Amino acid sequence: MSETKKFLFVNRKAPYGTIYAWESLEVVLISAAFEQDARMAFIDDGVYQIAKGQDTSELGIKNFSPTYNALGDYDINKIYVEKESLEARGLTVDDLLPLTYEDEDDDWAEKDSIKVVSSAELAELMDQSDVILSF
Amino acid sequence: MKFGIQINEGPYTHEASTTALNFVKAALEAGHEIFRVFFYHDGVNNGTRYTTPPQDDRNIVAAWSELAAEHKLDLVVCVAAAQRRGIVDEGEQERNGKDGNNIADGFRISGLGQLIEAGIQSERLVVFGD
Repeated sequence: MSETKKFLFVNRKAPYGTIYAWESLEVVLISAAFEQDARMAFIDDGVYQIAKGQDTSELGIKNFSPTYNALGDYDINKIYVEKESLEARGLTVDDLLPLTYEDEDDDWAEKDSIKVVSSAELAELMDQSDVILSF
Repeated sequence: MKFGIQINEGPYTHEASTTALNFVKAALEAGHEIFRVFFYHDGVNNGTRYTTPPQDDRNIVAAWSELAAEHKLDLVVCVAAAQRRGIVDEGEQERNGKDGNNIADGFRISGLGQLIEAGIQSERLVVFGD
């Protein structure tokens, strides 16, 4: 399996309330072992998955948001957040986890993984992807 | 064309599994190949042989088993999702010390890597879910 494909993991749902977000993250982390060109997109309530300051102590459900911080170490550093979804929820990129990665081609400089894109840009990204998994 | 199929919902609350079943049948009839069907999230509940719907309703689990036997389909249930939801085969029964198993004919339990592999090997991965 030497073939490399562009995988896009589309996250559309709030982090808690359903298990989709957590089980999606499990797929993304496993995919890293296959050395594919993996990207993630967060749209609709999915943007809440990477919101800062999550506290689930009253829910009795594990707060898994710290796991997103590990994505950079798994070479998953193309993370697209839809601008319209953020705006509709009164959020900006400052409300999101500061996800970063170390760029090996640039002397391991720490760089932002998150890119805010318009829905039109996201559509283009989907068009360019080989495999789209939607959660 | 070679298709990979992902099913994210259980057999009855959502129509996803029935739609996927119809899609797979139509694809096979049209001469396409199904590389693998991967059951994830509550989709793993499509893989229990204990499903017993009323006689006047469709038996979706049995329909998958029959289709798998007829066309040698590879029906894979995600192990992590299955463990959470009590879908057990003989191996899992032994590993986790359970008093029985419930995997339906034609299904097997394996890892998430099988889903990624389906994405790599198939020309199209089609996701059925909510």
